[in-house]
Amino acid sequence: MIRFINTSKRYSSGFDALKNVSFHLAPGEMAFLTGHSGAGKSSLLKLIALLERSSRGQIIVNNQNLAKISGRRIPYFRRNIGIIFQDHQLLFDRTVYDNVALPLIIAGFSRYDIGRRVRAALDKVGLLNKEKKYPITLSGGEQQRVGIARAVVNKPPLILADEPTGNLDPQLSAEIMKIFQDFSDVGVSVLIATHDIALISELPYRVLSLKQGQLVQDQANQVIAEL
Amino acid sequence: MKNFNRHTNIRGATRNHEHHSQNSPGFLTLLRSYFIRHLQVFFYSLGQLSRTPISTIMTCMVIGIALALPTGLNLLLKNAQHLSGGWESTAQISLFLKKSITASQAQKLRTDIQKWPEVISVNYISREQALKEFQRLSGFGDALTALSSNPLPSVLIIKPNLKNTNEQSTLGLLNKLQNLKQTDKAQLDMQWIKRLYAIMDIVQRGVLILGLMLALAVLLVVGNTIRLAIQNRRQEIVVIKLIGGTDAFIRRPFLYTGFWYGLFGGIIAWLLVSFALISLSSPFEKLTSMYQNQFKLTNISFTTTFFLLLISILLGLIGSWFAVGRHLREIEPQ
Repeated sequence: MIRFINTSKRYSSGFDALKNVSFHLAPGEMAFLTGHSGAGKSSLLKLIALLERSSRGQIIVNNQNLAKISGRRIPYFRRNIGIIFQDHQLLFDRTVYDNVALPLIIAGFSRYDIGRRVRAALDKVGLLNKEKKYPITLSGGEQQRVGIARAVVNKPPLILADEPTGNLDPQLSAEIMKIFQDFSDVGVSVLIATHDIALISELPYRVLSLKQGQLVQDQANQVIAEL
Repeated sequence: MKNFNRHTNIRGATRNHEHHSQNSPGFLTLLRSYFIRHLQVFFYSLGQLSRTPISTIMTCMVIGIALALPTGLNLLLKNAQHLSGGWESTAQISLFLKKSITASQAQKLRTDIQKWPEVISVNYISREQALKEFQRLSGFGDALTALSSNPLPSVLIIKPNLKNTNEQSTLGLLNKLQNLKQTDKAQLDMQWIKRLYAIMDIVQRGVLILGLMLALAVLLVVGNTIRLAIQNRRQEIVVIKLIGGTDAFIRRPFLYTGFWYGLFGGIIAWLLVSFALISLSSPFEKLTSMYQNQFKLTNISFTTTFFLLLISILLGLIGSWFAVGRHLREIEPQ
């Protein structure tokens, strides 16, 4: 699903965010991306979502070479990626329903399909009864789940999450992770950037560790080894 | 957590069905939702404007006033042209005939000229009539009787047909008359109309320049308003870009906002001009009645209304197009 081949990213300031990174994330695979802040986690996610372009090397996402996707095609490419942010990026002047419906409206689904899919997505994250609420009235964990519902409502084959549990307590974090696991179980690739080592150490998934822009560790988690 | 799981199990069947359905809408659905989307945004942008009525009305007023000025002036100019068209018909050519021409020759010439298409009517004034008239009007009555012979030539008074002609063809007629062998002198008393035309040309050019400058002002007003709207909705634009919204999708509500500004501005301009004309019409009628002229100010015609609204809507659209084009590129997700 995601393949990095000797990918480097140097910003125009001269800062090397990523150095010669190579890895492959299979379809349906779930993995964590860790590292200190500034290690390149965000840069790596940005490259996948085409928020930035790589300086060297190749990136292949969903069988598409990102270097070959023109600026005009970027929106269509992004529709196949569900992106989840630490600060959820919800629109506060719209209801939960309208927030989740946005990707479907953009893609041009019919009203009927939108209603069906939005409710399915809200159901999945356990917020079906909150569809008429405004995000500001929800708790942090609920807001994050709305963000997840919006990311998955379009049924993307790939989900990217940037510190999705950054502002949440351990129990809420575990719940969020459970949702990601469920998606992974039905064949969605999930890549989660986090520095919450305690959380991921309990979960049996692959961990990619970045340090100063280099991939220093790529291994299955201890838990899985013990199983 | 348990609760959540139970919840999903109940709805599991629905979700399985979901997974078999298409992940992107079909072509017909896309086409239909494209139009529905346009319609939605059309009214959505109107709703957005109604949320901030004061600033919306102020923006529309600025546009309206800016457009009312050139429209009103243009209309007054049209009226003036219409009025001067009435005066123009009073223009006449005095054709002084050579003294050798007899009365019957003059009469024959009169009927000949009468047949020309560029001529409305020809009046013959014989030498005797001319003398009498001169005696009566000049007050030299007695002095003139002292003359041994009549010094005045016979005259043909020719009314040129100016309806569908310009100054050039009137001068052509004058030349034609001048070149007749019976003619001593052909004189067109139109100098003052010429001057009036020249002034009107200048005024018309002035109105055009004013109109262009005010159109530019409208573009800037709309552009600036849309720029502020874009900045207010920066967050929304970023989110839409992140989840795969095309530039066209993002641009659409702003373009429709520009459309509404243009439309309302145009309507306000129309109202302003109409009110101005209504309030001008009675003093204007008083003035023209003093000149025994049944002249009425013409109101905004249907065509003018149409073009006023078309231009204002276009200005709104173009202004927002520029603003959106300039500022959307600046907003990129970080």
